[in-house]
Amino acid sequence: MSKYWHVVRIGIQNTLVYRFNFLARAAFTLVPLMATIYVWRTIYEGRESSVLGYTLGKMVSYYLLALLVDTFTAVTDDDWQVASDIKDGNINQFLLKPMDYLTYRFCLFGAGRLIYAIAALLPLGLFFLWHRAELYLPAAGSTYAWFLLSLALAGLLQFLISYIMALMAFWVLEVSTLIILLYGLEYAASGHLFPLDILPPLAQSLIMWTPFPYEVFLPVSIYLEQVSRVNLVQGIAIQCLWVAIMYGVARWVWQRGIRRYSAVGG
Amino acid sequence: MGWRAGYGSGAFAVTAPLEADNEVMAAKLKPTVPSIPASGRGMFRPGWIGRLRHYFSIYLLLWRNSVVREMSFKSNFLMWIVVEMLWFSLQLVFVDVLYRHTDHIATWTKWEVVMLMGGSHFIQMIFSAFFLSNCVQLSEHIRSGKLDFMLLLPVNTRFLVSLRQVDLGGFVNAGTGLVIMAFAANKLHWTPTWGQALGFLALSAASVTIHYSLMLLISSVSFWTVRAQGIVWGYYNLFSLARLPDEAFRGLFKAFFTFAVPMLLVANVPVKWLLNRLGSPWEMALLWFASLWFLFLSELAWRFALRHYTSASS
Repeated sequence: MSKYWHVVRIGIQNTLVYRFNFLARAAFTLVPLMATIYVWRTIYEGRESSVLGYTLGKMVSYYLLALLVDTFTAVTDDDWQVASDIKDGNINQFLLKPMDYLTYRFCLFGAGRLIYAIAALLPLGLFFLWHRAELYLPAAGSTYAWFLLSLALAGLLQFLISYIMALMAFWVLEVSTLIILLYGLEYAASGHLFPLDILPPLAQSLIMWTPFPYEVFLPVSIYLEQVSRVNLVQGIAIQCLWVAIMYGVARWVWQRGIRRYSAVGG
Repeated sequence: MGWRAGYGSGAFAVTAPLEADNEVMAAKLKPTVPSIPASGRGMFRPGWIGRLRHYFSIYLLLWRNSVVREMSFKSNFLMWIVVEMLWFSLQLVFVDVLYRHTDHIATWTKWEVVMLMGGSHFIQMIFSAFFLSNCVQLSEHIRSGKLDFMLLLPVNTRFLVSLRQVDLGGFVNAGTGLVIMAFAANKLHWTPTWGQALGFLALSAASVTIHYSLMLLISSVSFWTVRAQGIVWGYYNLFSLARLPDEAFRGLFKAFFTFAVPMLLVANVPVKWLLNRLGSPWEMALLWFASLWFLFLSELAWRFALRHYTSASS
């Protein structure tokens, strides 16, 4: 186990180099977010009723929380690194050393997220403070616990899905288009763009069959207390199931990939 | 992860394998070297017309190079067009979802906003076709020391850095933007006059200039930080403002993104002109002024950066 702690420490040191980048990144993310909030404000101005159960305060909170989930769970660079490790033959060493590549990658991902979250603390904190009047705070303490659990699972799920996509580098020379396509799907279907429950029912039920809503939409809805107790437990269970499935797929794809792998470069 | 994050890294990824072509380009540029006399450029070249023609011929070569390059990665070329279309359609989905719950945002109706999105996409893609990957690659040129090589060539370095590659896919995507605009115009039962169409193109040119100048300004930061990825990525976030109606914004935010970083002008003004809903002609004047001002600023920053440039490697 201790060797993986070393990996985490190395990861932290490596990402600390980019702390300014991270800060800039976190600050710039707020611009489109503010724009979205402005647009929703304008929409709410012309009407008295709420949009399908979302008051303006809840709508704003939705986007704030989605940003928070994103800060802790989004895969930014890890998938590109995995792909280039495969292309450049850097994974050779993992085939020889007693170190598991998936665990190694996960440690680096965790370290990167940690540093990013710390760097984002200041801009995000200020932004939340600014919107504190509208920010929804759940009354029940258990909501926070469920939210944290769901957040952790969402992080695992995001990591595993991106990892699997990056492993396509074993078969395809240019994975970047695949990765961007995946970003596109995730962006719309995970609930980044808008709360998924304002979609027409058919689109909604289709999306709920994919793993994407469990990356952002579920944790945020749990926080906003938009899900009943039964649905909450069921949601977490499905989230766990998706994590297990993706873990299995990741292992399987790696096995298949290694068989094809011919260590170019290295 | 904002989609810009992925997009930004993607731009890097797609250009990386093309770097090998640099020598090819050098070889192609070389024949032009003897045509410029070592001293007294003005003596042999008859004035600015001659120089313009000279630069034009270089640019033609760069175009030919880019075509050859794109054609040798055909599937990649097609895939990127698909990706761009996907992102564009996601934005349209967003508009559709919004308008399921309202019939106007400020005073903009659904198809007017679709028009704006199409216009914004068109302008952004024309910008990508000519300048984007070149600006993004600047930090890579600095890091790898290729900039030294470009500084030695007997052409204006800014010209070479800004226009080295043409992204042909950008033109296809700009076409998609136009198609969407035509579709929206049809839905609005409205045909633009020639004056409106030409005015739209002229104003778009100003907007492309603003995009380019801002991007070069931002990329110039990489003279100091070397890895400008985070900053370049930030620009994509700013871009996303352009496709929203300016009326939705208020206060300091609106003032900042109108005057300091004129993102709320670049698509809004041309499309508003096209739809005949400009509040006052001053908006157009402001757009033109902004384009000249940022062109000037970027030249200042570029010169300042070059003066302080010490090669990163050799």
